[in-house]
Amino acid sequence: MTEHLPILLIVLPLVAAPLCVILHQRTAAYTLALLVSWITFGISIALVAQVNQTGVIRYNLGGWAPPYGIEYLVDSLSSFVMMFVSGIGAIVLVYAPKSVDDEIARSKHYLFYATYLLCLTGLMGMCVTGDLFNVFVFLEISSLSSYALISLGQTRRAPLAAFQYLIIGSIGATFILIGIGLLYQMTGTLNMADIAARVPQENGPRTVLVAFSFLVIGLCVKMAVFPLHTWLPNAYTYAPSVVTCFIAATATKVSVYAFIRVIFGIITPGFAFDYLPLDTELTILALVGIFVASTAAIYQANVKRLLAYSSVAQIGYMILGISMSTPGGLTAGIVHMFNHALIKGGLFMIVGCFALRLGSVKLDDWKGAGKTMPWTSLGWAIGGLALIGVPVTAGFISKWLLLTAAMEKGMWPVAVLMLLSSLLAVVYVWRVVETLYFSEPTAKVLKAKEAPLGMLIPTYVVLAGTFVFGVWTTYSADLAATAAAGLLGATP
Amino acid sequence: MNSPALEQAAGLYNYWIVIVLMMTGFYIVLARRNLIKAVIGLNIFQTSVFLLYVTMGKVRGGTAPIIPPEVAEAQAKAMHETGHGEHGTHALGTVSEEIVGAHAAHADLPGADIIYSNPLPSVLMLTAIVVGIATTALALALVVRIREDYGTIEEDRILEIDRADGLPDDDDEDQWIDADTHSLAGSSPDTPTDSESVN
Repeated sequence: MTEHLPILLIVLPLVAAPLCVILHQRTAAYTLALLVSWITFGISIALVAQVNQTGVIRYNLGGWAPPYGIEYLVDSLSSFVMMFVSGIGAIVLVYAPKSVDDEIARSKHYLFYATYLLCLTGLMGMCVTGDLFNVFVFLEISSLSSYALISLGQTRRAPLAAFQYLIIGSIGATFILIGIGLLYQMTGTLNMADIAARVPQENGPRTVLVAFSFLVIGLCVKMAVFPLHTWLPNAYTYAPSVVTCFIAATATKVSVYAFIRVIFGIITPGFAFDYLPLDTELTILALVGIFVASTAAIYQANVKRLLAYSSVAQIGYMILGISMSTPGGLTAGIVHMFNHALIKGGLFMIVGCFALRLGSVKLDDWKGAGKTMPWTSLGWAIGGLALIGVPVTAGFISKWLLLTAAMEKGMWPVAVLMLLSSLLAVVYVWRVVETLYFSEPTAKVLKAKEAPLGMLIPTYVVLAGTFVFGVWTTYSADLAATAAAGLLGATP
Repeated sequence: MNSPALEQAAGLYNYWIVIVLMMTGFYIVLARRNLIKAVIGLNIFQTSVFLLYVTMGKVRGGTAPIIPPEVAEAQAKAMHETGHGEHGTHALGTVSEEIVGAHAAHADLPGADIIYSNPLPSVLMLTAIVVGIATTALALALVVRIREDYGTIEEDRILEIDRADGLPDDDDEDQWIDADTHSLAGSSPDTPTDSESVN
């Protein structure tokens, strides 16, 4: 049984999704989705433990040995990413029912849970597979289901935002497909490890260069790296709160994971960073992205949009860590994926609580809500501190690691710019705190009640996580460091 | 007409078709103002990639990768006799050597001289075509909903309507209230009133 865990991770949510549709009953569909997502989380934890004990797990799909068959590969990096993606997926579902009741028409609930499970399937599949074409297939499963989820938003702008995301996202995915095709043309195989062993490196044919460019640009669209981030703010703003919690915390992170795999697992850093100047490009894009997006976040009137821009900036920190290509930098990039998933997931959950009680996510409508909704408001303050990177929060760990990595590499300007950018985060977090606590409450806010416990408890579990992993890093930074060492050690 | 460069360019005609289609589709997606046109552009763009894959699987002089039944039978008999049938686990990185080896071992068998095209890229494209259909279906469903809400599928018009409504990042207050009352009204469990299959 245990040797089949990697495939169960995919099969369970994949089979449960159509079951939700067949059940057609919202409570039954919800119960099934909740159960499956927690089992998936349990399996991921078991896999993390197993990888820690016995090393890399390889699973041959259908008993076909690679490179003929599809290989599923669980190593320290993929198990780590799967753990937090499925964890967020499970806890968001606990939080979901009240918010879903409020924001999505009842007749569509079972479809919502089915699509949610499909999205989870796609994200887990991207992590677990060792086959490049399989990555594309799972990427499309997760993307298509997230377009559908986003279009469930209440305003008429939701379908439009989903449509724009669909067009940009499909172009990105097709770019990835072209890149995979050209790599296949050069190597005759789709297995990642096999491609890495066969692909002609330095001074190789131009096809490899073109394939690499297509892959990188396609993945940058999916990650929302700065100039290609335009789909993200609208998609996050108009999606239902629960969807935003889930997608903001997981989807872009999994794309970052795929990006790390492509650069460190297939095309070596030697090709990407030494032969090609990708590291300098990424550093510049990341820094420009951090500043532009953080500044944009300051001027937003809509809190969801504010957090969306902040997400674009935070992706910049991850890219910055990856572009350093040192063990320290890579560790910082990977651990920030985890920490940011917790922090942004928690903050969007807070936004969902306000949306439920105040019926708005505009900052003006939140005036003085600290009086009537003290716990929710406190949650924002906690999440905000973590986002800024105050010590004893998870945000501090990733920023500290990134800072030391930058100094080790002698990138002083980068280190200084990073610290300055944190000040921008202080400004946009403070704007909301000020509105919550130091404004006169409006009539509507005075009538508002505290958010229901069913939503507050999962939110606080996630927020407590940002403190736990700000102090105790065995299961975040240490795992990330092992993963980074594995990635850099695997490459010659 | 005998210049080798020209000959090479003509010999790669399949790739020229791919590139022309790819750029046409990409241009339509970027330059369009009409949502349906965007979907069609995306389709053309994806189709060019299907062609790229299919064309790379073609082997010169190769036939469809289907083993003629009589050849398969004869080979199975021969394999059975010589005990060539075993399939061990294959280490990574030895695909081509193994294929070459297998080829040599069976060189004397009937039908060994048939050249087959590579079926794998075509099979991959079956999956990609399914993905493409799903994308198109979802995109068209979204266009239907946008048309219902805005009454137009011209992006310029839609943005104008949004601007007339207020800033793009202004949430519609009425919409929120609508949704509230909707969820209250529909509180009887599972009344499948609207069977929209949009989502």
